Amino acid sequence: MTTTRPKPLPRPTPETAPFWEGCKQRELRLPFCTVCQRYFFYPRRYCPTCLSDAITWRKASGRGTLHTYIINHRPAPGFEQDAPYVIAIVQLDEGPRLMTNIINVEPQPENLIPDMPVEVVFEDASAEITLPKFQPVRTERND
Amino acid sequence: MAIDLRKKVAIIGAAETDRLGIIPDMSEIELHAQAARNAILDAGISKDQIDGIASAGQSPVAVADILGIVPQYVDGTSVGGCSFMLHVAHAVAALVAGYCNFVLITHGESGRSRVGKGPWSSTPASIQGQFEAPYGTAGAPTQFTVPIVRHMKTFGTTEEQLAAVAVATRRWAALNPRAMFRDPITIEDVLNSRLIAWPLHLLECCLVTDGGGALILTTAEKARDFRKPPVYILGTGEGCENVMISTMHDFTESRSFKRAADRAFRLAGIERKDVDHLMLYDAFVHTPMYALEALGFVKPGESGPFFAEMRSAPGGDLPINTNGGGLSYTHTGMYGMFALQESVRQLRGEAAAQLPNVKISLAHGPGGMFSASGTVIMTNQL
Repeated sequence: MTTTRPKPLPRPTPETAPFWEGCKQRELRLPFCTVCQRYFFYPRRYCPTCLSDAITWRKASGRGTLHTYIINHRPAPGFEQDAPYVIAIVQLDEGPRLMTNIINVEPQPENLIPDMPVEVVFEDASAEITLPKFQPVRTERND
Repeated sequence: MAIDLRKKVAIIGAAETDRLGIIPDMSEIELHAQAARNAILDAGISKDQIDGIASAGQSPVAVADILGIVPQYVDGTSVGGCSFMLHVAHAVAALVAGYCNFVLITHGESGRSRVGKGPWSSTPASIQGQFEAPYGTAGAPTQFTVPIVRHMKTFGTTEEQLAAVAVATRRWAALNPRAMFRDPITIEDVLNSRLIAWPLHLLECCLVTDGGGALILTTAEKARDFRKPPVYILGTGEGCENVMISTMHDFTESRSFKRAADRAFRLAGIERKDVDHLMLYDAFVHTPMYALEALGFVKPGESGPFFAEMRSAPGGDLPINTNGGGLSYTHTGMYGMFALQESVRQLRGEAAAQLPNVKISLAHGPGGMFSASGTVIMTNQL
């Protein structure tokens, strides 16, 4: 590939800044409604269930499962070197789902079984932005 | 108490642009204008009678201005490819309420040649720009397709069943001289075509074309005065759900589809078995599968076997996408107008692949990535 277009990066807003600040510090932080006692995503000022403004931020486990995905063969501008790559929805253990990439695995359907456990990996995309990506949880861990 | 709107409003004019496909010599707003002019000629109405304008993509202001119309009803609802279904729904209420007398709904899109059309853009501070674009999404093929694996996991839907939708739809296209792709294809052809976003291949994705279409609606009383047989609106529905595909509540079913379908059937007061013909917006092969389930023609998870048995194809018991669909006929970007056009043609007896005895037709579409939805049920029986 001759193109070296930059990948699009998020520009945090006041409502989402704590999420992106958490990623930079390698913590997956989620908004939590203290009335409903549940997490939600994407970040917003009011709870999407009860419209309460009693929202706090909590550190999430970074664990979840692979809910659904595609293996993209038609890269977005800036992603030419990465194709094929996995665009996935991860079901977090805390409840919410988010879009991400599944990395550190060959992008083949047989390696990407729905509901398989995944864990967050933080990837620095710029000096300001760190993206939460996910990888399969290794079954044989020595740590 | 709801007002009974059944058959109170009719489509009296329906037409597409002269050409569909690759039209590099026309700008987008002119595609609107040509479709509008063709619908005006089709109805045999005077332009000066039209006092309501609805449009998406291009502003209804721009459409009114290029046609030299100063309307007293304006609908700029723009929620993606189903916007025209919503325009019909709103026009029914507006016409019955007396807001105006004749509503012109236009679509024109230079989706392929991109003449007189703005560039793709996404804002890094938007919700999508923050929580989807950084992971390499590149338009509909990378977003609309994300739910499919969940449908496969939940219901055992197979790649062959997905491919069957493209095969069945191509059989209709073979009967339509205006369809862009008409050569027969097999399941193997589909599965051997280039991977776009696994599990989908090239032949499971819609075309990208230029073209347009327009409709003219008026009250049932006034509809008698025009040259074509009226197509009455029986019921309409609309809904919306997720701003991004990643916030879809359940990846195996669309709540916005269900909202739209349920209202349309409730207002129409008919059963599923009363419908003779379906136009289910097919941006990708799974879109009509999700629609068939949400509309209640099959149970959740049964759309795969339904399409694999060729029940939607010529000779099948429930004809679907008889123009050849977005997969093989045309797909400008906001395809919903073309689904409505084929419903009108079938109800008038003007279709290229004309079905016998069509009395009730249903057109249903998504907007965005399962984000919005519109359903229109029509009949030729007063």
